[in-house]
Amino acid sequence: MIIVNGQAVEWHKDFSVSELLRTCNYSFPLIIVKINGKHIEKHAYQNQMVADGSNVEVIHLMSGG
Amino acid sequence: MSLNKKEFYNGFYQRNPPGSIEKLKTKKVGIAGAGGLGSNIAGALVRSGIQNLVIADFDTIEVSNLNRQNFFHDQIGRVKVEALKENLLKINPFIKIKALCEMVDKNNAVTIFGDCDILIEAFDRASAKVMLVEAWMERFPEKYIVIGSGLAGYGMNDAIKTSVHDKLVICGDQKTESNVENGLIASRVLIVAAAQANAAVEILLNGKISSRTHDMENN
Repeated sequence: MIIVNGQAVEWHKDFSVSELLRTCNYSFPLIIVKINGKHIEKHAYQNQMVADGSNVEVIHLMSGG
Repeated sequence: MSLNKKEFYNGFYQRNPPGSIEKLKTKKVGIAGAGGLGSNIAGALVRSGIQNLVIADFDTIEVSNLNRQNFFHDQIGRVKVEALKENLLKINPFIKIKALCEMVDKNNAVTIFGDCDILIEAFDRASAKVMLVEAWMERFPEKYIVIGSGLAGYGMNDAIKTSVHDKLVICGDQKTESNVENGLIASRVLIVAAAQANAAVEILLNGKISSRTHDMENN
């Protein structure tokens, strides 16, 4: 089990960041991803695996300023 | 009436929280963007006791900016950072402001703001916000960055929150996107600008911010 934005999500061993984002329907491009407090760079989404028990934060940023 | 530096500082901070100025005057704050957020954040910080700012923005002032940005009609057409510097020096003529008229990108961001104690994101476009947050967190994971996200439309005071994700602090409702339907006006943009300035002041004074992390997700 992992936590994504406070919600429990079933974990499986092939969970990359990309796969996780797809599973959770985070399709928008303007996001920041943090796993256990550590920022994950965009180029690493494909290869970075998400360990069981991770706390994942997906932050969607809005235009306006 | 013109006061000399000593006379000015004798009164200027009279109502500021005791002990705050001694700390704030030693800090350097970076502001990326000098639009609706940045121009108002800068004004709030100068009044709050910040005396050293780095502000970067490539844009010039248009009449459509005046509904929310801290500029005046006789400044239309001028470079934003230069007009902003002038306006800030009208509040306190004794502060140090580095005003850079350039486009901030992922390469120059860490150079421009590298010697700042904290960075405040004040861009308009979400893509620019993401770029800055990523560049900053990669290079300076130990330093705070305070960003604005979700400030379009009007009303909905209670929806504006501050959420803390380690050193990333987000002010705004994190929902309302700037678009033609929502619009942007001073009455709401300034809440977020003030929240960002207030968060930065708290971090600079206490070394941390009272955390309400995950409120968004749990509610």
